[in-house]
Amino acid sequence: MRVVVCAKQIPDPASPYHLEPDSHWLVRPGEQVLDDTDRYGVEMGLQLAQAAGGTVTLVSMGPTGTMQGIRQALAMGADKAVVIDDPGLRGSDALLTARVLAAAISKEGFDLVIAGTESTDGYSGVVPQMVAELLDVPALTYATTVEVIDGQVTIHRQTNNGYEVVQASVPAVVSVTAGVVEPRYPTFKGIMDAKKKPVETHTLNDLGVAAEIGQKVREVSVAASRKAGVKIDDDGEAHLKIVELLAQRKVI
Amino acid sequence: MASVWVFAREADGAPSTLSLELLTKARQLGQVSVVYVGAGSEQAFATIGEFGADEVFHFDPGDRLVAAPVANAMAELVRAQTPDLILFGQAYDDRDVAGRLAARLGATVISNAIDVGLDGGTATTSHEIFGGAQIAGAAFTGAPPYLVLVRPKSFPASPSGGPVPRVSPQALAEPGPADGRVLETHVEEREGPKLEDAAVIVAGGRGLGSAENYQLIEKLAKLLRAATGATRAIVDAGWVPYAKQVGQTGKTVKPEVYIAAGVSGAMQHLVGMKDAKTIIAINKDPDAPIFTIADLGVVGDVHKVLPKLIEALEKR
Repeated sequence: MRVVVCAKQIPDPASPYHLEPDSHWLVRPGEQVLDDTDRYGVEMGLQLAQAAGGTVTLVSMGPTGTMQGIRQALAMGADKAVVIDDPGLRGSDALLTARVLAAAISKEGFDLVIAGTESTDGYSGVVPQMVAELLDVPALTYATTVEVIDGQVTIHRQTNNGYEVVQASVPAVVSVTAGVVEPRYPTFKGIMDAKKKPVETHTLNDLGVAAEIGQKVREVSVAASRKAGVKIDDDGEAHLKIVELLAQRKVI
Repeated sequence: MASVWVFAREADGAPSTLSLELLTKARQLGQVSVVYVGAGSEQAFATIGEFGADEVFHFDPGDRLVAAPVANAMAELVRAQTPDLILFGQAYDDRDVAGRLAARLGATVISNAIDVGLDGGTATTSHEIFGGAQIAGAAFTGAPPYLVLVRPKSFPASPSGGPVPRVSPQALAEPGPADGRVLETHVEEREGPKLEDAAVIVAGGRGLGSAENYQLIEKLAKLLRAATGATRAIVDAGWVPYAKQVGQTGKTVKPEVYIAAGVSGAMQHLVGMKDAKTIIAINKDPDAPIFTIADLGVVGDVHKVLPKLIEALEKR
């Protein structure tokens, strides 16, 4: 089974994010990390490929930089990576991102595409569905479990008040939630091997995708933030302050 | 007059609360039609009329996975009727249909909107970035239709008292390669009010220490007739079901009172609850980000404060 996992390098979420002053594009330092939500997709892909016999290929769009994030995913055990890096992709929106990923995935060939439900930095939340449409395959979304048996992929699909059991034939796209599997930590051997694994890079031209972006950010402002109120240390009686406030708010 | 469509997913036999929020906004922007996805009923369509829509396109996918058949049929309808703006909620089925529809039409989507307008032949949005810490003002640069995904609770849901709308049932194409099937539907049992609509919410996080301690949250919630909520961390850890998750990837809530116990206040959680009228937080780390937005912050051990709070409330 050919498993393709969409993986994204993002600026380390532990440091504050910045925007470029005129374009309002996210500043992406050379050193980016693997989006934490993609670790679940990589792990799921590795487990499914191992069970069925097959390969895991990473497909990633964005500035290559030091490739640290991609190497993280390769160190977990993915076989190779395809990275699409092109100046025309700066400020890309969801649809252009999906067109690029779909074109690269199509070029690789696939039975199953796995992606996180949304990235941590952009979180438009529609890219996996767009990729599925462009590839003309089903999208099984918000998976909390994934199983592939006899060419049928079955997931538990998270809903507002529980879950659905949803099934489709492969080829398919599956978007996974954090919690679908416990991602492994790369081993020392994995980290060493990752340095030798093949990484192909493509440009928009290679894929025949036009850099069309249908939206423009005009201005950015800091959201109105609420002020902190009273902060007290629990001296053994702090619960009474809570009772008092609940009574004031007429909850009790 | 601009033509504005609203995607309305059926929930418990009625249009979802989120779709009614979108309708309330849409009728300020133009003439409103609704794409209704579900079994449908006279009552459901009457509600849509009360919220100001003139027309309903009704799709009933049955046990087919919603996105592919509805997006395909919707794409044809969009080409024929040329709406200017289509509003979806930032919700599961909405995202699936909007994504596929956009890709099919080559249309741009803006996500996480908290406001939307039509202005000089284009659509403009305010949308949250960086987990809601900043707001971007954006405009579409291409041709309509403009697809916008709106975060829950961005607009109040209030009826305008309109008449029953025209309803036109829409056929779905025969199942194709992009189709899937819903085999089973499981609904988590819930005590007390619905999380999205609750006036009071008690939420727990990693600071509870273990899954067993979530019963402190449940006990307190019961006393306050509150809904119970959770952070992504303890949902992913399997302590409580996904349906309880509050935050960017979970539910957005706007209760009168939100009690956060053992919740550090990660950005991903705050975005889902920061608009609560009153926030009470209990956490042992005095530097926890939750304290930056709490009206009352108690720096203390949830294992001590919660039992005492429960006992005090039981005595009342």
